[in-house]
Amino acid sequence: MFEIKGLSVNYGGIEAVRDISFTVEEGSIVTLIGANGAGKSTTLRTVAGLVKPRNGKISFMGDDITGKDPAYIVGKGITLVPEGRKIFPDLTVMENLRIGAYLRNESIEDDLEMVFSLFPRLRERSWQYGGTLSGGEQQMLAVGRAMMSRPKLMMMDEPSLGLAPLIVRDIFSIIRRINEEGVTILLVEQNANMALQVADMAYVMETGRITLSGPGKELIKDEAVKKAYLGK
Amino acid sequence: MNKEKRNHLIRLFVAIAAVYLVVIILEMTLRPTSILFTVLRKGAIYSLVAVSMNLLNGFTGLFSLGQAGFMLLGAYTYAILTIPTDVKASDRVYRYYDCIVGFDTGALVGLIAAGLVAALFAFLIGLPVLRLKSDYLAIATLGFAEIIRAIFQWDVLGPLTNGANLLREYKDLSRITIPFTDIPFPPTLFVFIVAGVSILLIVLLINSSYGRAFKAIRDDETAAEAMGINLFRHKELAFVISSFFAGISGALLAAFQYTVQAQQFESMMTYEILLIVVIGGIGSISGSCIASFLYIALSEWWLRGLDMGKFLGIAAPDLFRSGFRKLVFSVIIMIIVLFFSRGIMGDKELSYARLKNWLKSLCRKRKKGAVA
Repeated sequence: MFEIKGLSVNYGGIEAVRDISFTVEEGSIVTLIGANGAGKSTTLRTVAGLVKPRNGKISFMGDDITGKDPAYIVGKGITLVPEGRKIFPDLTVMENLRIGAYLRNESIEDDLEMVFSLFPRLRERSWQYGGTLSGGEQQMLAVGRAMMSRPKLMMMDEPSLGLAPLIVRDIFSIIRRINEEGVTILLVEQNANMALQVADMAYVMETGRITLSGPGKELIKDEAVKKAYLGK
Repeated sequence: MNKEKRNHLIRLFVAIAAVYLVVIILEMTLRPTSILFTVLRKGAIYSLVAVSMNLLNGFTGLFSLGQAGFMLLGAYTYAILTIPTDVKASDRVYRYYDCIVGFDTGALVGLIAAGLVAALFAFLIGLPVLRLKSDYLAIATLGFAEIIRAIFQWDVLGPLTNGANLLREYKDLSRITIPFTDIPFPPTLFVFIVAGVSILLIVLLINSSYGRAFKAIRDDETAAEAMGINLFRHKELAFVISSFFAGISGALLAAFQYTVQAQQFESMMTYEILLIVVIGGIGSISGSCIASFLYIALSEWWLRGLDMGKFLGIAAPDLFRSGFRKLVFSVIIMIIVLFFSRGIMGDKELSYARLKNWLKSLCRKRKKGAVA
């Protein structure tokens, strides 16, 4: 469904991603784990069109989307939940959600209903400004906003960053639910333990390269992964 | 549409109608030279340009300082187009040059053309300039405004702009008539209608999905881009529309003051408008309007006595001399900025509910004071 081949990206003068290749099967949850600065976020930003690659090819459902504009890529059905949530603080929850559907012209009432059923909390707060929500609620809003574009592939950049452990558990159960609704998920995480537990397939990145790959359940038992990322 | 929204709209229209009614009654009763009309007209013109600046600075997050330049373009376009052909041919305005514009138009065409010329320039300038961010954008737009002002006084453009000389005898407020008749248009009403319709259009834009995209760009460019909003196209759109209305307000200013000269559109004027936007509240339309009327009333009327020797019944000709007004005015502005750091309105709009709450809290304070 989604394939990256030989992707290299220069970012701020350094080679952040070096010749990586991987595939994402339709309907699966795939995770990229690795330390700070391994190139995980850059990979997602490149797929979303926010950063232009130096080399390589990104294809999605048979289309070449390498170096295309973000608007085109969102229109194709790929959406990014950015790192640090990046909700719009001075827009209401409702306006945030409507912006998520910015490129769509048809009625979005059904989609709003779907997001509100996924996150009842957002319905209660729909007239509140995004900036007044708690961290967990903001993450829900960021995911809800991404859902409004009716994505086929949702990329999530560190959704657990800065959240309390209980809320992290909630977020991961939501990721599973969204996946069950038929949305393919590409997840970048530093919380390797949680990420590997939900992932069908996982890739480990180190200084711009993919060094290990395998089903999440297997990597979680891998000695090298345990030592480096699970703190055991 | 739900009931609350409908009530809100009805109240809004009643309020607008009341304002227009008051203006009509004032024009029928007061003598036309009353200072109140100067304040109302200039206040309305500044409201429009402040709102147009707020569209950029407050709603799209683009810090632009080119407003005076676009007003100049609008003022000149309007004046040049509406000077009657026989006046253009004579020596009365174009004394040193032969005017190359061989036709004249009515006030309405002049106004719209003023907006369009300003918008066209904004489009062209926006192509390179809008790729800059924050302070750099401010510097570039400020530079553009200064360059325009210099170019319009250039000798070579004399046949078009009359060089550094005044333009006059165009359709100023005393010469504008009601369409298809010779009856003069009530001047203050004319300014209020043009400014009012323009501001209404800006409000509609801000409440549309484009407005939402502008606000998203203001809040977070990266996230807006990730949502599929084309940053450059939307910035360009906001810039062009803002400049269109700055051009119209420039044309109104020209009509208001009977003569036009490029010299007056200096950067000081942009700072004045910026000040109004900040005092009113960045991101509040009603704030910009309230602040411009207050600002104009203070500077043109209420503080006049400080320059003339007598203020609030106190005669002190040695202290209250020419220029003292500016000093007091600066202190007032400092106080406002210190104690209302988000402006009079913050980023909220004036509404019936807000007014009611405010009055209530005022009454409560009074009562508490009485008990104590």
